Amino acid sequence: MLTKRIIPCLDIKEGRTVKGTNFVDLRDAGDPVELGALYAQEGADELVFLDITATVDNRKTLVNLVREVARHVNIPFTVGGGISSIADVSALLNAGADKVSINSSAVRRPELIDELALQFGSQCIIVAIDTRRVDGLDWVHTHGGRRITEIKTIPWAKEVESRGAGEILLTSMDTDGTKAGFANVLTSEISSHSSIPIIASGGAGTMEHFYEVFTEGKADAGLAASIFHFKEIEILALKNYLANKGIPMRI
Amino acid sequence: MKIAIIKYNAGNVASVMYALDRIGMNYSWTDEEEEIRTADKVIFPGVGEASTAMAYLREKQLDRLIPTLKQPVLATCIGMQLLCKHSEENDTTCMGVFDVAIKRFQSTDLKIPHVGWNSIEAQGQNPLMKGLKASEYVYFVHSYYAPLNPYTSAICDYVQPFSAMLQKDNFYAAQFHAEISGQAGQRVIENFLAL
Repeated sequence: MLTKRIIPCLDIKEGRTVKGTNFVDLRDAGDPVELGALYAQEGADELVFLDITATVDNRKTLVNLVREVARHVNIPFTVGGGISSIADVSALLNAGADKVSINSSAVRRPELIDELALQFGSQCIIVAIDTRRVDGLDWVHTHGGRRITEIKTIPWAKEVESRGAGEILLTSMDTDGTKAGFANVLTSEISSHSSIPIIASGGAGTMEHFYEVFTEGKADAGLAASIFHFKEIEILALKNYLANKGIPMRI
Repeated sequence: MKIAIIKYNAGNVASVMYALDRIGMNYSWTDEEEEIRTADKVIFPGVGEASTAMAYLREKQLDRLIPTLKQPVLATCIGMQLLCKHSEENDTTCMGVFDVAIKRFQSTDLKIPHVGWNSIEAQGQNPLMKGLKASEYVYFVHSYYAPLNPYTSAICDYVQPFSAMLQKDNFYAAQFHAEISGQAGQRVIENFLAL
């Protein structure tokens, strides 16, 4: 049976993991390669590396990092942050990334999704959507959720799918950082009307939140950063919990 | 041991190379007939679209070479589909090592493509699944599938049971991505290299 996926996200700044802490098993919690390999060993189904600085100067650092991760990690991984061209994607895939995630660049120029899907195949193109509710409506935001656009979230999700996105990484800026649970209503609305997988992000605080996002939220995968990074929840314990509640898990 | 990875235009093979690096094997990435023919093991990987990939293989005459290889060949994902007879993807005639027609998943309730970790079960004696659990999770990304057939050596279930692996003589094929399927995938590759 196809399992639901648990995906830790690692924020990267200048080639180092941000917010590292408390990993007794690690020599260097700031080393994304070591942390990624540890997550893989603990049962993570995929990894997402998000370059939060994403400047031109950092591109080479990121490509080198991707190469190192690919050498040490035997599960699929995605790289995101500041990707805006075929050349960017080509460099990351050639270095060993399995998928890339695009966000602001797709909002700026939606044709980029078509171009990347045609060039590299939909399977490796994730479109990340940052959404926030304003006056009762869900709007796409860019720049880490700080800047509102004139695009409504649900039609945008449909558009990115029709343009060839292989998966959607949906982050609710309303729930992100709250640890109060995922945005299940919106996630479910989008997942029900979509034939591509939805990765839900933002708001994970407890194991139950993952149960809810897979049932109420109809998500195909759940992504979180800090709860894994600060070891508030261990991946294997989470997967056992979910499996016991009847959610298909790879254990 | 000499390992040749067949070089063609289907997708990106970096993760296959890194998987071999992780188990300490050397390899060449090549479209040269002589180098492929004299290798001990041949890997035919790939992600991509069937008709574009076949057109390129024909141009390089690799479509004639590959079916005549005598050493163990491992084809993965689109590589496996190209070894079949025909693919519904843009109505493509493929190499026909396996007399199997590739079809597109059709479902009203399940998402297409089939993306993620799903369990596979070995059929009969499957040397590539030696040392693995009876049911093992591996990573899939595909919209087209090989129906069950006499060459099926492992079964996966999505929409309906389909061929996760095929085997005939020296040809071994996997629909899933062994190179990024964790310890289980690594074992499949090691088993292939040990043939």
